[in-house]
Amino acid sequence: MFWYIVRRILQGIPVFFGSTLIIFAMVFAMPGNPVLRMFGERTPNPAQVAALEAMYHLDQPFFVRYFLYLGDVVQGNLGYTFAGQSVNEILARTFPTTLRLALLAVIIQLGIGVTVGLISGLRKGSVFDGTALVISLLLISMPVFVLGFVMQWFFGIQLGIFRPTVGAGAPWADLILPAIVLAALNMAYVIRLTRASVLETAQQDFVRMAYGKGLTRRRVIPVHILRNSLIPVTTNLAADFGILIVGATVTEGIFNVPGVGNELFKAINRHDTPEIVSIVTILVIVYVLVNLFIDLLYGVLDPRIRYVK
Amino acid sequence: MSALPLLEVKDLEVAFKTADGIVSAVRGVSFDVYPGETLAIVGESGSGKSTTAHAIIDLLPGSGTVTGGQVLFGGRDLTKLRSTEMEDIRGRLIGLVPQDPMQSLNPVWSIGFQVEEAIRANGVATGKREVRKQALKVLKEAGLEDADRRLKQFPHQFSGGMRQRVLISIGLSAHPQLLIADEPTSALDVTVQRRILDHLESLTESSGTAVIFITHDLGLAAERAENLVVMHRGKIVESGPALDILQDPQHPYTQRLVAAAPSLASKRIQAAVKADKPLETAEVGGEGAGFDLATVAERTAASAGESTPVIEFREATKVFKIRTGGLTSVAFTAVDHASFQVAKGSTLALVGESGSGKSTAAKMLLGLESITSGSILVNGQDVSTMNRRDLLALRRQMQPVFQDPYGSLDPLHNIGNTIAEPLRVHHAGDVASRKARVLEVLDQVALPQSVLTRYPSELSGGQRQRVAIARALALKPEIVVLDEAVSALDVLVQAQVLNLLAELQAELSLTYLFITHDLAVVRVIADYVCVMEKGRIVEQSTVDEVFANPREDYTRELLDAIPGAHIRLGT
Repeated sequence: MFWYIVRRILQGIPVFFGSTLIIFAMVFAMPGNPVLRMFGERTPNPAQVAALEAMYHLDQPFFVRYFLYLGDVVQGNLGYTFAGQSVNEILARTFPTTLRLALLAVIIQLGIGVTVGLISGLRKGSVFDGTALVISLLLISMPVFVLGFVMQWFFGIQLGIFRPTVGAGAPWADLILPAIVLAALNMAYVIRLTRASVLETAQQDFVRMAYGKGLTRRRVIPVHILRNSLIPVTTNLAADFGILIVGATVTEGIFNVPGVGNELFKAINRHDTPEIVSIVTILVIVYVLVNLFIDLLYGVLDPRIRYVK
Repeated sequence: MSALPLLEVKDLEVAFKTADGIVSAVRGVSFDVYPGETLAIVGESGSGKSTTAHAIIDLLPGSGTVTGGQVLFGGRDLTKLRSTEMEDIRGRLIGLVPQDPMQSLNPVWSIGFQVEEAIRANGVATGKREVRKQALKVLKEAGLEDADRRLKQFPHQFSGGMRQRVLISIGLSAHPQLLIADEPTSALDVTVQRRILDHLESLTESSGTAVIFITHDLGLAAERAENLVVMHRGKIVESGPALDILQDPQHPYTQRLVAAAPSLASKRIQAAVKADKPLETAEVGGEGAGFDLATVAERTAASAGESTPVIEFREATKVFKIRTGGLTSVAFTAVDHASFQVAKGSTLALVGESGSGKSTAAKMLLGLESITSGSILVNGQDVSTMNRRDLLALRRQMQPVFQDPYGSLDPLHNIGNTIAEPLRVHHAGDVASRKARVLEVLDQVALPQSVLTRYPSELSGGQRQRVAIARALALKPEIVVLDEAVSALDVLVQAQVLNLLAELQAELSLTYLFITHDLAVVRVIADYVCVMEKGRIVEQSTVDEVFANPREDYTRELLDAIPGAHIRLGT
């Protein structure tokens, strides 16, 4: 087990270098001189430009800049935005809010997704199953921003159940609506995957044997059918996390959630390269760690994985 | 035997709903089981024997429903019970030992958990410690001596035989009045099968449990059951005392089944060896086949001795490195200095239990597995030193047929393309001549031309295996490696395929390397036999010699383990 974790962390290293390099290259390939953009309508004198370029290492060749940046990241300094704010401070302010939003979304996605998927799978062909399939297809085919605006208009403005935008300090109650929007797409996938997995597991010989040894339906369903069906659902959770990150950027923008996604959204609009690269780098690290965690969870759920290693 | 039957099945009808409408699987089946009796239900796959058993305990798969008849158990009609009442009967009054031990334990729960669960559900014991104690007791009774140590282990850490012991202990854990054993040992080696069935017999005998034993193996049924029910296409064709039926079958279907069952009493299928003789095939197990088998066998043996061997293993060894996690690995010798020769036109059988190295030996010959030391010669050429071109040329003369006719045919290719594939790969002839050759081999394996455009899923198991044989023959090979090629087939189909193989051998003077765990099959197809145990060849001789005077204990054990070995079948 120990060696497995070590190996997985080591595998994360090339992923980290590769992804930061690509992000770095892409952001710096964007047209226009970011320093000139800082001055807007005014025309700066060449000395000012040179001084700022030196401050952000813009006068150095690409790879030198990349390694200088990496050096800072390794020392825990994520740099400064063009407005002079510390990216560390921005993340410290916004990250907890996004974490809460993501947590709510994952709870909704798994709670509702697995329950609906299980019932659908056990009652294949029923009205419930049909409805669940149609709704999940609808959610999969709808872009997240459309769903976001529709939900905001309907539940926030027409019905007034939730506040249409998130208030100061982002209280939990305000986060529910954005979390539902954020969870919707993954939830639809979880419903479909759980349903398929339950259908397959229910046909296994060991389920028939479980009934054959005298167990009741109430025990066989959670202990033998649901338990085994969760293995593929868990594996997919890692891939779902990527969708969650992308969704968070859009959803936080729509509902004005003071989170990392919203900050990234603004930074991209401002072409604030140091901030974009730093935030995305952090997201990549989080993504790698979440994947590692899910793989370890997989080992807990499936003893065959645990012992073969 | 008490007067009242424990279980009365009356005019049972079971149907499945399919896309093509309702298909009836069991049609008016009636039989009784008395307390303490062992009844065997025998039939081919698809005969409805398993469906009958599952209908009794209301565990029909998918869309299956009981459409008529009664299942009376202790006076109650089980088909009329609510599902909660059925839950109370299953496990506690009627135990189940399922077909496939590899699939019948939940892979994510420990063995202890799964046994304790059954004990708790049937109210045999309550309280954590009592349940644990009871679980250990039943596991030990089922022959799992080190149960204390293995309670926390998971199914994948158990061998097939061990898993079946666990399943038997679960089935008997609540001391049921009736045990349904659905092909409990069909996935296991013969020696393991025998030990487990002996154990099951002594357990049910001492507790007076009645057993319904479902099997496709007539020998097994004769050996283990007092009474027999023979099923064919959802109906009972014959029933009565087991020995009477097997020794004096009345119904034509039963007669065919008995005739097809290979047993120690069977003789080698002999097609005429010389080309100038008319093609003649003796009935398997039939006596007075029209010509003297002994002289034919002698002639084959004599002619084999003179010519150079087609296949020769010289101290061939295969060592696998098995990773143990971390950076270390242990060496595992799968084939240990194996030496044998196969003469042209003869059949050598490699026999052994699973894990004995027989399949690895075949893979080494086919060049699918490298040779660690020693050498393998085909027509005098060393396989291991060959370059890629020579190897390709060699493969033209040497074709495999594998065990699983479902897995070895690509479901997306039609039969015509499947058979033509080796011809294309080896650039043999043009399109027209390839097509002609495909038709020719189809004819040789007795398949109609209409199968050319059909897909594997549309064929039966026996037909698929014929297709696999046709594909192997397409390139006119000298050698055919048959790796458990008939093990997955029902007896009647198996007999057909074995006859076909014998005919083709005589006609085309093919050399067979026949790998099997089934000694009864060896008796009817092979000339020579090598018995393998743990990678080593422990005994090799002519078939007659090995069967008449086995020298090694291991060989004797294998022979004794053949179900019904000492019961003469048929008339």
